[in-house]
Amino acid sequence: MKDGIHQILDSDGHLRPGTIPSLDEEFVLEALRRMMISRECDAKFTALNRQGRLGVVSPVEGQEASVIGSAMAFEPQTDWLIPQYRELPAYLIWGFPLAKHILNLMGNPIPGRIPHDVKMLPTQIAIGAQLPHAVGLAWGLQIQGISGIVLAYCGDGATSEGDFHEACNLAGVLKAPIVFFVQNNQWAISTPRSYQSAARYLSDRAPGYGIAGEVVDGNDLLAVYDVTRDAVKRARAGDGPTLIEALTYRMSFHNTSDQPSRYRDAAEVNEQRRLDPLRRVQAYLASRGMWSDERERLFREEAVQYVEAAVNEALQAQPPEPSQIFDHVFAELTPRQRAQRRGLLAAE
Amino acid sequence: MANLTIVEAIRAAIVSEMERDEHVMLVGLDIGRLGGVFRTTDGLIEKFGRQRVFDAPLAEASIVGSAIGLAISGMVPVVEMQFLGFTHQAFHQMGAQLGRFRYRSRGRYPLQVTVRAPMGGGTRTPEFHPDALEAQFVQSPAIKIVMPSNPYDAKGLLIEAIRDPDPVLFIEPERLYRKGRSEVPDDAYTVSFGKVRVVRPGQDVTLIAWSAAVELCEEAATQLAEEGISAEVIDLRSLVPLDIEGMVASVVKTQRCVVVQEAPLSAGFGAEVIATLQEEAFYSLEAPIGRVTGYDTPYPPGTMEAWWLPSVGRIVTAVKHVLDG
Repeated sequence: MKDGIHQILDSDGHLRPGTIPSLDEEFVLEALRRMMISRECDAKFTALNRQGRLGVVSPVEGQEASVIGSAMAFEPQTDWLIPQYRELPAYLIWGFPLAKHILNLMGNPIPGRIPHDVKMLPTQIAIGAQLPHAVGLAWGLQIQGISGIVLAYCGDGATSEGDFHEACNLAGVLKAPIVFFVQNNQWAISTPRSYQSAARYLSDRAPGYGIAGEVVDGNDLLAVYDVTRDAVKRARAGDGPTLIEALTYRMSFHNTSDQPSRYRDAAEVNEQRRLDPLRRVQAYLASRGMWSDERERLFREEAVQYVEAAVNEALQAQPPEPSQIFDHVFAELTPRQRAQRRGLLAAE
Repeated sequence: MANLTIVEAIRAAIVSEMERDEHVMLVGLDIGRLGGVFRTTDGLIEKFGRQRVFDAPLAEASIVGSAIGLAISGMVPVVEMQFLGFTHQAFHQMGAQLGRFRYRSRGRYPLQVTVRAPMGGGTRTPEFHPDALEAQFVQSPAIKIVMPSNPYDAKGLLIEAIRDPDPVLFIEPERLYRKGRSEVPDDAYTVSFGKVRVVRPGQDVTLIAWSAAVELCEEAATQLAEEGISAEVIDLRSLVPLDIEGMVASVVKTQRCVVVQEAPLSAGFGAEVIATLQEEAFYSLEAPIGRVTGYDTPYPPGTMEAWWLPSVGRIVTAVKHVLDG
């Protein structure tokens, strides 16, 4: 703990005195592999967006430890993932194929649909709107005695929405098996964290809902994992929800249509780049003789190939067709909708 | 006179009103240093300060709700919703509160509040962003709804909106924000609500539209002219109040009509226009009135939006259909 903030690795990747991480080194390597894939996805997808081949992309850059450290504390076979829109590495941990994510970014949703055996909800664009859904899911699992808990993500901006408060409150009343994981990346587009709330920490609100609250260094993979694992235990034991705030930083733009140089000083960004969560994990592993330039090269090559293969797979999918506009509107279209579909197909 | 885009015309209107009245203030998301996601408020925080150009916490409902309180206190809030689709998350403060405060306080608390919001598809924005929700707000009867289609109207209607003693939802045509420029007077001027604009006179058929669909109708009219069909294009400019006389005058002349809206078909504002014309101009009509609209589905992903949205081709086809009728 440092000023009430959970931390295991300091900013240079050294274990803080007296801390014992619960993650073994093989697990850390696996997390780092995922972190490097995420970084490669950001670079590749941003480039494809600039070429006009992908829609709007929201990079994860800077938040890899926050997303991966939290998601790896769950059991995707039984637990549910409720994302906002900046948690791609968690999708992959849950078994959602990367190619399908790319299809959604390409605007090709039918082949991009979530496979039946993947327990996650779709990317949510409306800020905070997923949180009441997450509580409802947790509630339903609780009522039916189904094993499994819920991981719900949102950002610092979302904590200002009514849906956030209503969801935390309801979860507290129900003692629902859920973990609210707030990725506080300090910026909601151009709005700094200090404009969102006068609270010292966003997780300080937890006592007001009667739920547990924790704040963790979100760029510290080991601490994020441990704090989340404790929240997971609490949820599985029926001891109620936890609100975790991960202090991290959006190193890149909000999305590919954003221009952060208009509102954010380069000095601040450079300062934060020093705290890059990837480098911190790499330094930690190096100090234990598990990381080398050669290994870094191999991991990077593997990431590039993995992302490239997924992009190629997505590009081979059947492009969308006009009739798909009417797919999955209802189980069965109304007569009027059927007539509209006939009209569209006749015109195209 | 200056040659302005719609974005620039809107900014000019805001600056003019903020300079005229120190009570006029802006509340929204990312309207400060970023200048709004469309840069509509670019440079305004530098000019007027954070107190009058306020980046609010990310909560659409409380932005609108607090604007109600600001207005009661004597301020004149001009709210920016980042996209009209984000008013889904402000709806209870819009319809149920903003739209009935004068009424429920028996006139004690009129609300001089303007809510600006860009609307519409065609720019491949993510889900919810393009939703054309105007008809939902028409069903909240005490909100005026203004939907300009060009720079001149944008400035004049926005100044009118800010000065109006009642709440105005000012819906901006996102797709046309920077598409083309036109002459806009430097000084403040107003354009009255409830007066249609005859965009292009014609004899054979009336095309009625609002917001970005007006531009489609103009293009369709140009194509139709090449085939010898003379289409009159009417821009409603405001849905509430609605210029019934202006619509009727055109339809009585042309005797045929097609209404174009970007929203889904069922219970869209086009249905209101057609029902009104049926009441007021039935005996002048030579054919049933046609409609070109989005479909009764959620707005599709960007790659499919061109199939979903009304197009020049669909308007031309609809016109030929009512001319054959």
